[in-house]
Amino acid sequence: MLSFVAQRVAKGVIVLLAIVVLNFFLIRLAPGDPAVVMAGEAGASDQIFVQQLREKFGLDKPLPEQLFIYVKGIVTLDLGFSFRQQAPVAKLIGERLPATLLLTLTAFAISLVLGILFGTFAARFAGTFLDTAITVFALIFYAMPIFWVALMSILLFSVTMDWLPSFGYETVGANLSGPAHVVDVARHLIMPAMTLGLFFMATYTRMTRASMLEVKRLDFVKTARAKGLSDAVIQRRHVLRNALLPVVTLAGVHSGTLIGGAVITETVFAWPGIGRLMYDALLQRDYNLLLGVFVICSAIVLIFNLITDLVYRLVDPRIEFST
Amino acid sequence: MSKRVLLGVLLACGLAAPALAQEPKAGGAINAVIQPEPPGLMLAMVQNGPVQMVSGNIFEGLLRYSPKLEPQPELAESWSVSEDAKTYTFKLRKGVTWHDGKPFTAADVLFSLEMLKQTHARARNNLAQVDKVEAPDDYTVVFTLKQPFGPFLGIFEVGSMPMVPKHLYESTDWKTNPYNNAPVGTGPFMFKEWQKGSFIRLVKNPNYYEKGKPYLDEIYWQIIPDAAARSVAYETGKVDVLPGGSVENFDVPRLSKLKDTCVTGAGWEFFSPLAWLWLNNRQGPLADKRVRQAVMFAIDREFAKDVIWNGLGKVATGPSASTIKYYTDDVPKYPYDPAKAKALLKEAGYKGEKIRLLPLAYGETWQRWGEAVKQNLQDVGMNIETIATDVAGGNQKIGDWDYDIAFTYLYQYGDPALGVGRNYVSSAIAKGQVFNNVEGYSNAEIDKLFAEGAVATPDSKRKEIYEKAQKILVEDVPVAWMLELQFPTIMRCKVKNLITTGIGVNDGFKDAWLDK
Repeated sequence: MLSFVAQRVAKGVIVLLAIVVLNFFLIRLAPGDPAVVMAGEAGASDQIFVQQLREKFGLDKPLPEQLFIYVKGIVTLDLGFSFRQQAPVAKLIGERLPATLLLTLTAFAISLVLGILFGTFAARFAGTFLDTAITVFALIFYAMPIFWVALMSILLFSVTMDWLPSFGYETVGANLSGPAHVVDVARHLIMPAMTLGLFFMATYTRMTRASMLEVKRLDFVKTARAKGLSDAVIQRRHVLRNALLPVVTLAGVHSGTLIGGAVITETVFAWPGIGRLMYDALLQRDYNLLLGVFVICSAIVLIFNLITDLVYRLVDPRIEFST
Repeated sequence: MSKRVLLGVLLACGLAAPALAQEPKAGGAINAVIQPEPPGLMLAMVQNGPVQMVSGNIFEGLLRYSPKLEPQPELAESWSVSEDAKTYTFKLRKGVTWHDGKPFTAADVLFSLEMLKQTHARARNNLAQVDKVEAPDDYTVVFTLKQPFGPFLGIFEVGSMPMVPKHLYESTDWKTNPYNNAPVGTGPFMFKEWQKGSFIRLVKNPNYYEKGKPYLDEIYWQIIPDAAARSVAYETGKVDVLPGGSVENFDVPRLSKLKDTCVTGAGWEFFSPLAWLWLNNRQGPLADKRVRQAVMFAIDREFAKDVIWNGLGKVATGPSASTIKYYTDDVPKYPYDPAKAKALLKEAGYKGEKIRLLPLAYGETWQRWGEAVKQNLQDVGMNIETIATDVAGGNQKIGDWDYDIAFTYLYQYGDPALGVGRNYVSSAIAKGQVFNNVEGYSNAEIDKLFAEGAVATPDSKRKEIYEKAQKILVEDVPVAWMLELQFPTIMRCKVKNLITTGIGVNDGFKDAWLDK
């Protein structure tokens, strides 16, 4: 297993490098000069000033040279300097990453737990009212755009009922600590995490249901039943365990999508994560910051995929580690 | 709806008067929205709206400006001008200290000017007229100009010329100076904390030189990126102040009606944001003056003001906003007249050639305005194609002159020599740059008038020159002037004295207090 992990990490590094190179050129294909954006209204009409900004941030150098400098930096874990925010990219991302991880992991856990639970119920009671209700419920959340769910939850839970805070990570100025702080952050987390999690929950519900119904028809389930095992044991040990494999695969694939969804969720709920950092960097053509966020997000996706493969093995020990 | 907003504005003005008579109360915190999150807080290094809005509390300039744009003392307590209008002597206020306790002196002013020349485009342009600056003693600064420069006393507000602590910046790499992230100024509030993506916290400067001020203990600038979420934050009582432009315009009437809410359009007199359409004078149908005039007649600007901007602002009459010096409305008029527009297009021989329109990617209000203008122009027979871009992409297209009509709005900075001329003189035509003469208008007489206007004395002479320039420009229509914008500030009525100068919320909250 160790050699499997080592090989996957080595491959991951190569993939990351490819991502850097590809994104480096893709970002620069977008129209818009970061120096002009930085210079603002008063400065953009001054050619010398704009040129000075280009020189200051190395934007006047040929593209291959800029790429070389960037890759050289990454090797020493230096993600460059943000033109716009005038701070090291690694520092900016480091400040925001914990909030994004908290949000996405909570959303991920909610979606997975609820999705598998609802999917299992729907399959167990296939064809009944409960099955139809769960399926329709899942379909609704699958079809609704994240930003709309976010705005509607704010309208319902913040404006109308005044139960939950509508924005931010914590109550500003409250200076809470200890358990009170944890509760405060949790109250702020509920809506964004649910909003982000519900879409994925819907997917896992549908996938678990379909997969369980399929597995139920297989011969080994019939054999288990013939052996006289109880229905609960058959469902848990034989059906669910096998039915979960495609769900695990999907969850691994979703790690990237989850971060994509976080951009919208973080923006609507003013959650101070890297999704917003990415959005701002894109609008301001802050190349280094944008690339830095891409690199970190890609690394997270690669890690998630590795974990998926390991979980795969846990769910089904027949699967062997091979690269 | 617009009537309600106007009522709100009037109400706010009405409430402001008794507020002045009330004795200010000390204490309390204000929660205000800042949008977007500033890239930094060191005003000498980065200058955009959000930076100034927060940093205007931390840093100060030598002067402030009243809503009528008259200079008022700030770090300079008095000033005098020589007979030949070439020497300006500023007497600095004594007893002013930086937030770290070091005294503020003329040496800081000299250092700031040197730094700003390299880091602040507008300051550099403004200071281009200065031959030398000297400090005969610690509290006197003397500017000697190369020639008289009419708007010179208008370049000292905090955003245009913030004072920088020499002892913290001299001989350091300005770009990476740690004080960029924890700025030290002389202002009424001190930087305390910045939770990136969440909020910026400023606290009262206990050693502020104006005794008793500021009244507030703290200011929290809340960073909320989504416009709808900003509205909700106000609605649910989490923020007290929505500075101009914080929420989408269509939300303004609704929020204005909320209990204990006051609205004002004041505080934009110095910037006087003027919206217009760049018209590419170089190519296609718009190269013909008659087609440009047709554009002016075709667009229903009253509709845009009343419906899209909720009745706030004013229909523009020409290149100068009515709030800046030497404005005149004695210029050719362009009321909404589609028939006249059609006639002019016919006369110019317009045959339905495609015209590319670039809306401004600043949110829904601008998008809707883009649609309304497109509709107006199509109604008179123009073949309009909308090109959607983001701000950076749009700037590039405009700078490369790759457009026919493009939305923009620019600040006027109180004087035609500072904020107007740059858009019309031939010397400001330079491909690859924006916010200058991107329309490619070239008129030797206009070049001469703006060159003379900047240096003419006395004021009556300047007035004559700029009035003449306005008439010529309005006749030629190098760009299509739309509206003098007024971004409403929405706040709880308990917030008093928030806006006291011509730059409004950008000037710091030193006079603001809470009527708890």
